Amino acid sequence: MTTLTAPADLLLPSPRRSRLAWAAADSVAVARRNIIGMTRRPQLLGFVTIQPVLFVLMFRYVFGGSIHIPGVSYTNYLMAGIFATTVLFGAQNTAIGMAEDLRNGLIERFRSLVMARSAVLGGRVLADAVRNLFVIVLMLGVGYLVGFRLHTDVAALAAAAGVLLLFGFALSWVTALLGLVAKSAEAAAAAALPLTVLLTFPSSAFLVTHNLPGPLRAYADHQPLTATVNTVRPLLLGGPTAAHAAAAVIWCVGIVAVFAPLAVLRYRRTA
Amino acid sequence: MADPAIAAHGLAKRFGPVVALDGIDLAVEAGTVLGLLGPNGAGKTTAVRILATILPPDAGRASVLGLDVVRNAQDVRAAIGLAGQYAAVDENLTGRENLRLIGQLTHQPRPAIAPRAEELLDRFGLNSAADRPVRTYSGGMRRRLDLAAALVHRPPVLFLDEPTTGLDPNGRSDLWTLIGELVADGTTVLLTTQYLEEADRLADTIVVVDCGRIIAEGTPVELKVSLGVIVVEIRVADLADAQRAAARLRPFASADVLDGGRTLAVKVPDSGPAVQEVIRLLDAGAIIAESLAVREPTLDDVFLQLTGHGAGTGPDEPAPQAGAVRASQGSAS
Repeated sequence: MTTLTAPADLLLPSPRRSRLAWAAADSVAVARRNIIGMTRRPQLLGFVTIQPVLFVLMFRYVFGGSIHIPGVSYTNYLMAGIFATTVLFGAQNTAIGMAEDLRNGLIERFRSLVMARSAVLGGRVLADAVRNLFVIVLMLGVGYLVGFRLHTDVAALAAAAGVLLLFGFALSWVTALLGLVAKSAEAAAAAALPLTVLLTFPSSAFLVTHNLPGPLRAYADHQPLTATVNTVRPLLLGGPTAAHAAAAVIWCVGIVAVFAPLAVLRYRRTA
Repeated sequence: MADPAIAAHGLAKRFGPVVALDGIDLAVEAGTVLGLLGPNGAGKTTAVRILATILPPDAGRASVLGLDVVRNAQDVRAAIGLAGQYAAVDENLTGRENLRLIGQLTHQPRPAIAPRAEELLDRFGLNSAADRPVRTYSGGMRRRLDLAAALVHRPPVLFLDEPTTGLDPNGRSDLWTLIGELVADGTTVLLTTQYLEEADRLADTIVVVDCGRIIAEGTPVELKVSLGVIVVEIRVADLADAQRAAARLRPFASADVLDGGRTLAVKVPDSGPAVQEVIRLLDAGAIIAESLAVREPTLDDVFLQLTGHGAGTGPDEPAPQAGAVRASQGSAS
């Protein structure tokens, strides 16, 4: 019979690594687990893949006929908005996943292990980045099929992807916090919805903001989704980006600075 | 004697207005099994969570292998395994992936992770299901995987929080066998349960908790004696006879004179020799029994006697204080 446990002095020593190296290794292990989970759940996989494709097709063919943006084809105009809103919609999954892990006791087990405390959140955020990258590539392919053309170069495209990933990274902390606070996965999804709506519609994602009434336009022009879209769009189609990029980066850094500590604090306190 | 493997002194914890633990002392010798027995809401899970470093206590202190669960939490974590009533394994991962994930997160040497997962799958009879997502597992398989996950890093101390709650009799008996084997290997185990039978079967010492307090403790045999697992009801002619009978029986068993003074309730540990001894003692005192009935109390009766409320009822229904006090006084030395 093999021995399943050992006296204290026979415990296998862990390989020696710095705390930071362990935190990184643990985050990668948790991220890998989150990604596997995503691929094993048909409804989630569908949400992650079908929704962005539907968005591209719907906006291209349903709105494309009635919306005219001066000087640019709507398909080309649309793509930056689609990218950013898809990243935003995807962030809901973080809230749902966090809430599920918390309710089903998995985080309880994680807390009793030597693994880094930060790895549950770190792994979640990392998995989100991988998902966002996948979705961006997918939508780029679909976009090309329906007439989108890149007017810049690969470097600019990579920069656009980088901005989108940064935006997704910032959002992950917000929705991770929502997931930690929510009582259930359903409540987490419900809590993320207003955030999604308030950022998606009053924005430059699908329309120009010129026609919005004063205060709404002021909000729409300066909120983080617009900043992201306005940075990504010229990176895809050409044009000045510096001011928009500064706004987008400031937004993302600001969001992370506020919500990452809140999420970590909440995670530590959640009993 | 060496320091206990698990020790707690005056552990207290409240959640808002709810007192979950109200001063608990525990000592579990290395290589033994302590059963924490109590109804829902008694504070069992809170105690385990504090000992497993998940929750800090409001007051009191606790240690595992001499390591303080608050100050040396990280060292404690390396030495403990936790398996819970919620079967905390990842639904979407396969059994094998779950065990490997825990291997990584417990910082096992990389080459050891895969063989250890295989060893545990083998030992816990999960080989044929190893590559299926856990969400396709039965309740019993899930619990076995949960227990296996707690053992990945070979912890010398194991916390099992209601390991068989919700399982069918087969699943329960499987799990009991596995836990028995762990104990034979020398693992120190603290197990919580709502089932007297489970505590009796697995534990060396049983601590009964209710409303965050310890209300009785002892070996299963001591506890059974003090609980009076078997009640012999004897009806005699009058109060004088009853008192004489009680006096004769008391050195052997607890005997209470009941309603009207003609009925005697004698608590004995078994329904065979002990009942015979009661009859022999009555005979020796020339006391005539008008009637004699032997009752086997249900599990609920046992809880009722100790806690003042049934096994299934929660903390919302406060225990009548008298019941608890009587049980405490009646507990075996």
